Amino acid sequence: MSTAPVVLHRRFGHTARRDAWWIQPLLVFFALSTFVVYATWAAFQGEHYTYGPYLSPFYSPEIFGGSPHSWFGARPALWPGFLTYSPALLILPIPALFRVTCYYCRGAYYKSFWADPPACTVGEPRHSYWGENSFPLVLQNVHRYLLFLSVFVLLILAFDAYAGFWFHDPDGGAPRFGIGVGSLVLTANVVLLAGYLFGCHSMRHVAGGCVDQLSRSPLGSRTYACVSCLNRRHMVWAWSSLFMVGFADLYVRLCSMGVWTDFRIL
Amino acid sequence: MPTTATFRIWRGNAQGGKFEDYATPVSEGMVVLDAVHQIQADQANDLAVRWNCKAGKCGSCSAEVNGQPRLMCMTRLNQLNLDEPVTVEPMRAFPSIKDLVTDVSWNFRVKKGIRPFKPRPPDAPDGTWRMQQADVERVQEFRKCIECFLCQDVCHVLRDHKQFDGFVGPRFLTYAAALEMHPLDEERRARELKTTHGIGYCNITKCCTKVCPESITITDNAIIPLKERVVDELYDPTVKLLRFFRRK
Repeated sequence: MSTAPVVLHRRFGHTARRDAWWIQPLLVFFALSTFVVYATWAAFQGEHYTYGPYLSPFYSPEIFGGSPHSWFGARPALWPGFLTYSPALLILPIPALFRVTCYYCRGAYYKSFWADPPACTVGEPRHSYWGENSFPLVLQNVHRYLLFLSVFVLLILAFDAYAGFWFHDPDGGAPRFGIGVGSLVLTANVVLLAGYLFGCHSMRHVAGGCVDQLSRSPLGSRTYACVSCLNRRHMVWAWSSLFMVGFADLYVRLCSMGVWTDFRIL
Repeated sequence: MPTTATFRIWRGNAQGGKFEDYATPVSEGMVVLDAVHQIQADQANDLAVRWNCKAGKCGSCSAEVNGQPRLMCMTRLNQLNLDEPVTVEPMRAFPSIKDLVTDVSWNFRVKKGIRPFKPRPPDAPDGTWRMQQADVERVQEFRKCIECFLCQDVCHVLRDHKQFDGFVGPRFLTYAAALEMHPLDEERRARELKTTHGIGYCNITKCCTKVCPESITITDNAIIPLKERVVDELYDPTVKLLRFFRRK
């Protein structure tokens, strides 16, 4: 028998864990940071967001803008001249805030960005703690409203994906059906976003989680089962849709800049 | 698998303590609790350890093995790296009594503070109720809980921030969910969940789900649905408006 020194005070990062607990929060930190930096940069560019029938999901719906996809024409005259304008600035806050308030993402960024805690049974940097009980984190409860707004945006993205299959001939005439790599990218983006939104915890609550007797509504019961099925892989949907929405913007941008060529499959 | 392994076991009480190393023979099929019992029999007769079923069903032998909250009886030695000492310490969220035994009585006091099951009036004249399997399936998952309190131990709100007065912990949020979602229950607990039970303290780390030996999806199936019900009751103006018109 021999004795070993003991650490009684749990300082930041202290743990008896032997595994590489720091890898996951570090990966989340770098992945989310990369996305936030890219999305912010892309949102402020205000150009190269369309290519043929494709419209970048960061800029959709284009409420006011200079492209043929714009709903109400160019930038409103009332917009202050000293403020940078980009169509993405009007719409991107909705999906961005949806992700900020998403239950999965909350858990992930509390750990990775705020070390609260850095990982399970690992010491924290701060002693004070308010959780989501008080301002500002109590505002996370607005998540369901952002879900409804995001579903509206998703419907528009679905229309954009559909429109991405209709190409205009260079010599004019009616648009003709075709499949480009960009059509598939925009469609995959919609599918992954739909998996993420329809598997959301708030959606699960609305779909049947709010009632105790699901059997009284067979349709509600089936809806709840479907949403629960998607919800079990919510983390996978969250990450795959995040990657895809960023990639879809990058794809349209690089095609528009002439860096990448959009290959036509059909 | 080596024939001998070293176990670094916490020896102490509420006043303090230290880790002590014990080398003991090991063999295929052994679990940490077997090794602890062997050490207790051969080298440290005064080593205190709480255990009962040795089958992962009583929830008595909760401890932290290599820093991870686990049931000692369900932690096989072949899952661990025996080339270095295996640390075994009591649950750190609760006060120490002696060695690996902690005082978990706070949990039982907390449980009494949750509004009990209040069924609706009986459905049949003989005083019985009718309910569909589909309706009780959701809460049956929560009934698997063996009250090992590993989820309470790993929860940083209790473990690091010591919010024992304002937060009931994942075990009792699961207990409240089992009652709240029960098809026969009529009690309303949402307001208390926010105020006295402190559901807002949970920041969804999912550590409780990861350590649950019964694989209960605590965060996704119990805590988040309860958070949503609290939003219905206390934060969402649309739900309040709908309820107002429904009452009219």
